[in-house]
Amino acid sequence: MTWVNSVVQGVMLGGVYALLACGLSLMFGVMRIINLAHGDIAVLGAYLVWVVTTHAGVSPFVALIAVLPVMLLVGYVLQVVLLSRSLKGGQLVPLLTTFGLAVVIQNSLLQIFSPDVHSLGPYVGGLATASWRVTSQISIPLLGVLVLVVAAGVLGGLQLLLRRTSYGRQMRATAQDPDTAALVGVNAGRVYAGATALAVATATLAGTFLAIRSTFDPTSGSTQLIFAFEAVVIGGLGSLWGTLWGGIALGVAQSVGAHIDPQYAVLAGNLVFLIVLASPRGRAIAGGVTR
Amino acid sequence: MSGDLSTVRRWTTTSRIAMSAVAVIVAVLAFAPLTLTDAVVQQLTSLLIFIILAGMWNALAGYGGMVSVGQQGFIGVGAYGTIFFTQHGIPPYFAMVLGAVTAAALSLPLSLVVLRLRGGQFAIGTWVVAATLGLLIALDQNFGGGTGTSLTGLNVYEQSARLGYTYWLTLGFAVVVLGLSLLLLRSRSGAALQAIRDDEEAAASVGVKVLRLKLVLFVLAAFGCGAAGSMILANTLFITPQSIFSVQWTAYMIFMVLVGGLGSFEGPIVGAMVFFAIQYEFADRGAWYLIGLGVTAVAFALFLPRGLWSIVEERTRLRLLPVGYRLARKAAPQPTAVTTLPSPDS
Repeated sequence: MTWVNSVVQGVMLGGVYALLACGLSLMFGVMRIINLAHGDIAVLGAYLVWVVTTHAGVSPFVALIAVLPVMLLVGYVLQVVLLSRSLKGGQLVPLLTTFGLAVVIQNSLLQIFSPDVHSLGPYVGGLATASWRVTSQISIPLLGVLVLVVAAGVLGGLQLLLRRTSYGRQMRATAQDPDTAALVGVNAGRVYAGATALAVATATLAGTFLAIRSTFDPTSGSTQLIFAFEAVVIGGLGSLWGTLWGGIALGVAQSVGAHIDPQYAVLAGNLVFLIVLASPRGRAIAGGVTR
Repeated sequence: MSGDLSTVRRWTTTSRIAMSAVAVIVAVLAFAPLTLTDAVVQQLTSLLIFIILAGMWNALAGYGGMVSVGQQGFIGVGAYGTIFFTQHGIPPYFAMVLGAVTAAALSLPLSLVVLRLRGGQFAIGTWVVAATLGLLIALDQNFGGGTGTSLTGLNVYEQSARLGYTYWLTLGFAVVVLGLSLLLLRSRSGAALQAIRDDEEAAASVGVKVLRLKLVLFVLAAFGCGAAGSMILANTLFITPQSIFSVQWTAYMIFMVLVGGLGSFEGPIVGAMVFFAIQYEFADRGAWYLIGLGVTAVAFALFLPRGLWSIVEERTRLRLLPVGYRLARKAAPQPTAVTTLPSPDS
């Protein structure tokens, strides 16, 4: 029965990964950029929430309300200042600049906040540990359910935005062909900036939940980027609901791996990812993005 | 410049002089351990390691358009391969060569998974592979697990002899891998590779064997990074999975190649020298040093994507190495340089 429990834990963990992955997926879908600083941006968001929480003495969720608008702006500026220039330089340049940005964010955090490990868990009161006991072996953590609900809400919201609003239509049009979209009056720069802002904000949300669930330090970003990317690929590129399933599959793999031996947690996730990549389906994923 | 009157030339006077200079420099470098102090020889070894790393990363990204964030995987395999072979009674310096060969051999099965990926997917795919290799090594208690291990067996040599041998082997590796990439660039494949970098579909449509050429680069880069890894081990004598499989190595490689010149043969060597000097001066500044590296790399990617070497090339129209094609009139022997290989930002 402890196996069932670790699967349940994995599903909850998957919610965080899906939340982390949807921003990466959105930017790739709209701009064909893979933002190598995505994980570090999530950690940056977690640090901002931590700063507001500890200095203002409020709950991390209240702090999030203050931090999210700031991070939306950060995303907007990031696109206007850095990414728009990079996009003009061809395929390689956005990868190089976002990798450089990742190094800068990580080491700036190290310089400002020291390498100490922090957690937002102690600041949410009983929520971090509260759970419903189903049987003596299986318990469902309240925080995990909250994360899953938020993840489903954010993904559903993004889906609605893309499918039902005029802004979403502009995004899809720009993703397909920016030049033709520009012909009918779509401002690609504005669309890109919006997508980046949304991606940075969802990364902040994910970073905050990760920080509540466990610990974070300035170097956490790179593993988070890898997890986000694994979730995107396992779920199938270009599908938001696929990203949720991908996140859950990754979370379950890590959780079951950790159940065998804590050292196997990340390894199990990586292996599932590599198997998916090597499978015929992975071949389709890799082939589907030719551009 | 009609076809009858002109010929395609590969060698120029400049490139003949440059290649002779390269031979002289290598010969002079070979004498370094005999005349210089141990400390200087050890520093020169690290410079050569940087040159190998920069050359290999440039071979992937600058020639093949593959931005790898996972070459530290091969650095680690080279180093731990060396440990493995010395544990099984192989003499250390031979074990280092075998370590590099192991990295190249491992790149063949891995290529099946990652070479299919493009752009950012390739970047993170290689990163996952490197992280997985690091985790697997850290699980193996024969390699000291996560706490690291030292290279034994080198203590039979006296210190200055050891540093000298390490230096010579590094120099040998540098000459071999850079020589191989020069040959590759000069061959028919060289033009095909740059076509792939500029537009993969277009290259495939005119009959370029895209996957096979990428595989050649991927294996060469794995061998070079494996060699660098075993030489890093020989130079420091102690490694941990965390240090040798660190993504920091990729950050260094990207910095060197971007600053020196992505896509040129000479650029990464210049970049490695610049990085070596910067590291020598500023490495003790910790996080600030790395912030500086990151900002500089971003600035170069945005404003000078072909690096410092492109300035030298544009000012002097100097092409030191015979990798380009030039049209020259048969009647008048003066080279009227017209055709050179396309640049990444064109």
